[in-house]
Amino acid sequence: MNTNNNKLVKLINAGFRQNNKWLVEGVSLEVEKGKIVTLIGPNGSGKSTTAKIALGIYKNIEGSVEKYTNKVGYVPQKISIDWTLPLRVNDFMVLTENIKDDAINEALSLTGVIHLKNKNLGNLSGGEFQRVLLARAISKKPELLVLDEPVQGVDYTGEIALYELIKKISDTLNCGILLISHDLHTVMSATDHVVCLNGHVCCSGSPSDVARNNEYKTLFGEQASQILSVYEHKHDHEHSHEGVIKKN
Amino acid sequence: MFDDFFIRALVAGIGVAIVTGPLGCFVVWRRLSYFGDTLSHSALLGVTLAYSFDLNIALSVFIISSLIALILIQLQKKTNLPGDALLGLLAHSSLAVGLVVIGFLTFIRFDIMGLLFGDILAVTINDILMIWIGGALILGVLKLIWKPLFASTVNYELAEAEGLNPDKAKAIFTILMAAIIAISIKMVGLLLITGLLIIPAAMARNISDSPQKMVLFSIIGGLLSVIIGLFSSLEFNTSSGPSIIAASLFLFILSLLKIKQSVQLKN
Repeated sequence: MNTNNNKLVKLINAGFRQNNKWLVEGVSLEVEKGKIVTLIGPNGSGKSTTAKIALGIYKNIEGSVEKYTNKVGYVPQKISIDWTLPLRVNDFMVLTENIKDDAINEALSLTGVIHLKNKNLGNLSGGEFQRVLLARAISKKPELLVLDEPVQGVDYTGEIALYELIKKISDTLNCGILLISHDLHTVMSATDHVVCLNGHVCCSGSPSDVARNNEYKTLFGEQASQILSVYEHKHDHEHSHEGVIKKN
Repeated sequence: MFDDFFIRALVAGIGVAIVTGPLGCFVVWRRLSYFGDTLSHSALLGVTLAYSFDLNIALSVFIISSLIALILIQLQKKTNLPGDALLGLLAHSSLAVGLVVIGFLTFIRFDIMGLLFGDILAVTINDILMIWIGGALILGVLKLIWKPLFASTVNYELAEAEGLNPDKAKAIFTILMAAIIAISIKMVGLLLITGLLIIPAAMARNISDSPQKMVLFSIIGGLLSVIIGLFSSLEFNTSSGPSIIAASLFLFILSLLKIKQSVQLKN
């Protein structure tokens, strides 16, 4: 009877306003099982806000969110752990769900931090902590993974390995992934659907569409800015410095 | 054997310490020390109302403390005052109103010192029953909300995103705070209850590397504080509350030595 079997979360014209300022508005997107949807856009364009709307963290939103699963794994962009909490990696892994030790070990091994299992969370480096965050999110075997810049601070080789891991997880667990990333290489190679945000949805589509339209070769060029500029020429409007939209 | 007032106080105190251990950890983790103070200061008003209308003291304290917590949440939403100013406002005004009401109740002889600092002579069999049954209930509920409460203490957004309903857990925890104050007021006195919540937990923090250990050490610290405190209260004829808190301070100072040791080991 359920025709939405593959749907995990759907945003319909969703937006969020704080202190009378729109952080993001008019976002419609859909994450399905086994698919990776990537949000790209400049700083302050509402990527994290969109993720939080999808997760139900923001309550008073415009538009609507339809969530079809409760098995969610989340890697937030910013997280600070208080020193008043004596918390080891192992304690952190079971924070929101009791997970078997095997699954904990497996997830920590996959992200390459099994040796840190009994370390205090406060003593980890930024990159190590990021790997733990990702391990925690995938160890729950979620149906929906929301990854907000999941490899920030991770060393370059680790970055590639972790993105491969994310791609693999989406296949093996058949889970849907909402990914926020600055790495356009990854976006273009592993993603099923790209949404470009700048306070609203500037453009969206499959990466191959985007690539075909925008000189695929250049997309994988060395400079990300170059890639972005090629990608952005598809826009039908411009932004003033205040973010006001000017139709071309 | 419960005929002896000292045994009664000991049994009651042990019951209180087992409950304040885990709750105190959350008070420390969630930075709720002043919140605890506010609730316990408002307890005096609860006590006076209990005398005025001939109600059960613990029940009356519980209701008033819960009410104050609700008022606080409303004030936080509706005013632009900082949280600590609101807490101070409610703590001192409810304490003041409680004392004023006592002034009017000239027909009842109040043991103000006992109310403020605890009185082991006053612990009855009924109090013991209330502490142990109430305490078991508090711990039972805390166990039920542990996951969402702890997860949201570490990170609210993670808990919310992964479907744990942290707001509900927070509201229930507030009620548990009012409940522990209600059942322990006779033992420790309303000025010092927060001390029994915070100091053993702070001591435990110094010697723990995981949340479970901290809860365990916090309970043990509370138990030792109560036992040492009550014995010295008997020995030196001091109020039970201050004696218990002084004992917990002693344990805290000992735990500092352990920190110093581990720092030296690292160097």
